[in-house]
Amino acid sequence: MSVANEAIVGHAPHGAIHGRAHVSAHGAAHGSRKSYIVGFLLAIALTLVPFGLVMTHAPVGTPLLIAVFALAQIMVHIVYFLHVDRSAEQRWNLTALLFTAIVVCIILGGSLWIMHNLYVNMMPGMMPGSMG
Amino acid sequence: MSTGPITARGGALAFKPGYADNAADALRDLRPASETTDFELEHHHDAAGTAQLGFWVYLMSDCLLFAGLFATYSVLHVRTAGGPTPQSLFDLPYVLAETVFLLVSSFTCGLATLAMGRRSRRATLGWLAVTFALGIAFVGMEVHEFAHMVADNAGPDRSAFLSSFFTLVATHGLHVTCGLVWMAIMMVLVVKKGFTPSTESRLNCLSLFWHFLDIIWVGVFSLVYLFGVS
Amino acid sequence: MLGKLTLSAIPYQNPIVMGAVAFMVLAVIAVLGAITVFGKWKYLWKEWLTSVDHKKIGAMYLILAGVMLLRGFADAVMMRAQQAMAYGPHSGYLPPEHFDQVFSAHGTIMIFFMAMPFMIGLMNCVLPLQIGARDVAFPFLNSLSLWLTVVGAMLVNISLAVGNFARTGWLAYPPLSELHFSPGVGVDYYIWALQISGLGTTLTGVNFIATILKMRAPGMTLMRMPVFTWTALCTNILIVAAFPVLTVSLALLTLDRYLGMHFFTNDLGGDPMMYINLIWIWGHPEVYILVLPAFGIFSEIIATFSGKRLFGYTSMVFATMAIALLSFVVWLHHFFTMGSGADVNAFFGITTMVIAVPTGVKIFNWLFTMYRGRVRFESPVLWTIGFMITFVIGGMSGVLLAVPPADFVLHNSLFLVAHFHNVIIGGVVFGAMAGLTYWFPKVFGFRLNETLGKAAFWCWLIGFYVAFMPLYVLGLMGATRRMDHYDNPAWQPLFVVAAIGAAIIFCGILLQLAQVVVSLAQRERARDLTGDPWGGRTLEWATSSPPPAYNFARVPVVRDRDAFWDMKQRGVDMKAPVYRPIHMPRNTGTGFVMAMVLGLAGFAMIWHIWWLAIGGVAAAGAALIRYAFDDDRDYYVEAEEVRRTEILRGRAQLRSV
Repeated sequence: MSVANEAIVGHAPHGAIHGRAHVSAHGAAHGSRKSYIVGFLLAIALTLVPFGLVMTHAPVGTPLLIAVFALAQIMVHIVYFLHVDRSAEQRWNLTALLFTAIVVCIILGGSLWIMHNLYVNMMPGMMPGSMG
Repeated sequence: MSTGPITARGGALAFKPGYADNAADALRDLRPASETTDFELEHHHDAAGTAQLGFWVYLMSDCLLFAGLFATYSVLHVRTAGGPTPQSLFDLPYVLAETVFLLVSSFTCGLATLAMGRRSRRATLGWLAVTFALGIAFVGMEVHEFAHMVADNAGPDRSAFLSSFFTLVATHGLHVTCGLVWMAIMMVLVVKKGFTPSTESRLNCLSLFWHFLDIIWVGVFSLVYLFGVS
Repeated sequence: MLGKLTLSAIPYQNPIVMGAVAFMVLAVIAVLGAITVFGKWKYLWKEWLTSVDHKKIGAMYLILAGVMLLRGFADAVMMRAQQAMAYGPHSGYLPPEHFDQVFSAHGTIMIFFMAMPFMIGLMNCVLPLQIGARDVAFPFLNSLSLWLTVVGAMLVNISLAVGNFARTGWLAYPPLSELHFSPGVGVDYYIWALQISGLGTTLTGVNFIATILKMRAPGMTLMRMPVFTWTALCTNILIVAAFPVLTVSLALLTLDRYLGMHFFTNDLGGDPMMYINLIWIWGHPEVYILVLPAFGIFSEIIATFSGKRLFGYTSMVFATMAIALLSFVVWLHHFFTMGSGADVNAFFGITTMVIAVPTGVKIFNWLFTMYRGRVRFESPVLWTIGFMITFVIGGMSGVLLAVPPADFVLHNSLFLVAHFHNVIIGGVVFGAMAGLTYWFPKVFGFRLNETLGKAAFWCWLIGFYVAFMPLYVLGLMGATRRMDHYDNPAWQPLFVVAAIGAAIIFCGILLQLAQVVVSLAQRERARDLTGDPWGGRTLEWATSSPPPAYNFARVPVVRDRDAFWDMKQRGVDMKAPVYRPIHMPRNTGTGFVMAMVLGLAGFAMIWHIWWLAIGGVAAAGAALIRYAFDDDRDYYVEAEEVRRTEILRGRAQLRSV
């Protein structure tokens, strides 16, 4: 039975056999205690630094730094907590994540660009400050 | 590309000789056993994997829901209509405390899944309970913050900025609340049924959900609170 | 106790509405009465309402789409009649506030409750069969999706009898849709109907993505998937990516209306243009959600009836993916006139034109598939050829509208209305009809009457051109959309021609109804005992018509793109030498119950009956939790039963030879 299972599971829809030694039987990687601890420490650091920067009224460049730290922290969470990697089991998860990231960028960037352009063109006098 | 695995499957099935109920079937049986296959093994085995992928796709969909809210906030956050501004409203130490609660809860949620991997029911329930308590603390702090703002005449109906702020942050809070309800149900399920394949699969999904909400919160505290105050 | 709901919500004073209500109520009573008289309640509940079988769910989606087509078409006829009359001194027969509800309901119903269920219904019927699966990945969610869609449709129709529907167009643009300008319940009906059905659609998207990625038969690599499966995959990716944005736009409008927020109001910093931006981020992908499955249907049909492999399979796949991705970067072309600068307009104008390229690739692929094929001109092919010609014309008028300066002239004119009906009727509706004719025998076990089908096609095709070509001209003459009255004498003859066109389409619909009735009556003569009535190429034809609940006694191994064709060529027998028990999901009423109580909650929200709204949501949650604790969700079809079913099928097949 287990032989049969192995053969059939190995036969993923796209036709490749993958090593599954360190992955639990149902295809979900749990990660290890170590990866959670590393992730947690990184996440805490990446939270505290930008908070510190803003709370101590650090000099210029803060908005960019906040964005950099946010992106870095999101990456840390994805890698260490969600355990997304480039292994074959994760192929569709990673593909879906990348596609989502593209669409998120389109929605955010597109909306900001369109609405900003609209204000500049249609209500130049009513712009309350810059568009962030 | 896929001949290898098919042969493997054919071989795997071939060791179990079947019976034939008539001559035609018997003849058919003489052909290599690779044209059709027994689906059950695969179906059974991969149900959890399918559930995980489905849940992941749902999370991506939820992520785009938040993208819409983030986009709205980014566009409308300057529309304060003469009312309170982010600088005058947000209390960063308070938000930092909320953030730490949520971050630690993400960590303990991870520990709960590790405990599940070890099949330790007590540890799983214990870490889930800690996660649950931290989640409650987070939601409680958020509700308190909202109540405070509404009392200060800075409610969601005051300006477009406040409408988008309340909606974005409360949508996240509502997700956390749903996660808490789910977590409570899972604790009951683990107590009653132990680690069945279905509770395990659901606990994995819950843990994904919880970590995902943490990522959304990173976006919230960076874009809303830190950008707002800086 | 009942919020805003009083007896005065029923529009007694409006004879047209009351007539429609009376008709609707009588129809419902007739159906319920018939079920009672024939004692079919138990059968209905056990075999249909609680079913998680994708084929039955698909059939129910198709029935919903058919009923909603009739409702939406009735609205269309009312509009055409009004505009044919309401010139100069004549005010027509519809007062403006009723006319506004008619066009809003027409758009909402046709997109959300006709086209979407039609396509999702066909996917349900065919897709698991095409990939050699026993069911979808999450059968319970599938049932929930269906009933959420049905409940959304019910809410729209209830608005006819209780209260009124939105007067704000099918996308409910603010500030008109804000509480200040639309204080009634119309917009609330619109919002809750769409939110509830939208939830169902999103779940469908998740379900089908998991199904296609995880449940394909062994050997079916991505590049061996049938084109319909590919287009369905891209469609469902678009659903999952785009529908949350619709949910957000509608939710923010809801918050404005219910909690006095200021997202899209004119005061306190609100910005109506943000709504228009958001809703079109969903709205444009939605267009491709509708038309991509149609492209898949045409691809299947044209290959089958030309007796050839599809030409340019790989380019077809990549064109589909390109269209899916590009559909996310064109949304501003729906509101060029809002006043963006030249760079924004140019960007979105160019991306819009670029989408025509992969679409053109597809058209050429279909043409080359037919080239030197032995094309059998049965009605699915007629729909396909009608589509190719009509869709190219519609596409060209679309490219024209993609030029921002041209759009400034034509925006919100009847030219635009003609354009999108040109692509939606020519693309989506023709595709749905083609798919219905093609797969009907697979789902129901007998063919549709071909003579009536062909006659219906010609009525639809001719009726379409007579109804919508005048609208192009009217648009160029300056007629705007959504007019209940006009004063230009030059317009009236064209409006009359358009009304005649609608009448011709109506004949087509009547012929289709007759086709269903006649085919049902003569079904014994038109039985498909082979399971493969058209000489099919893909796996859905490898099983019987209708397929057994478990679809395939043994799951096929795929060795070629046209898997079933390849099997026929090599003489592979699908019968299992040894029958084994088959693992199947058990029926559950949870989806039906959850959708009904959520529908009740939606109705309560519309009428501000807060206790009922809370109770409805709580009941739905309780049903879900109860289901979560239920372990008895699946069963095994006994091997003996599978064997008996397959032997019966074999005998029937032999008889038919």
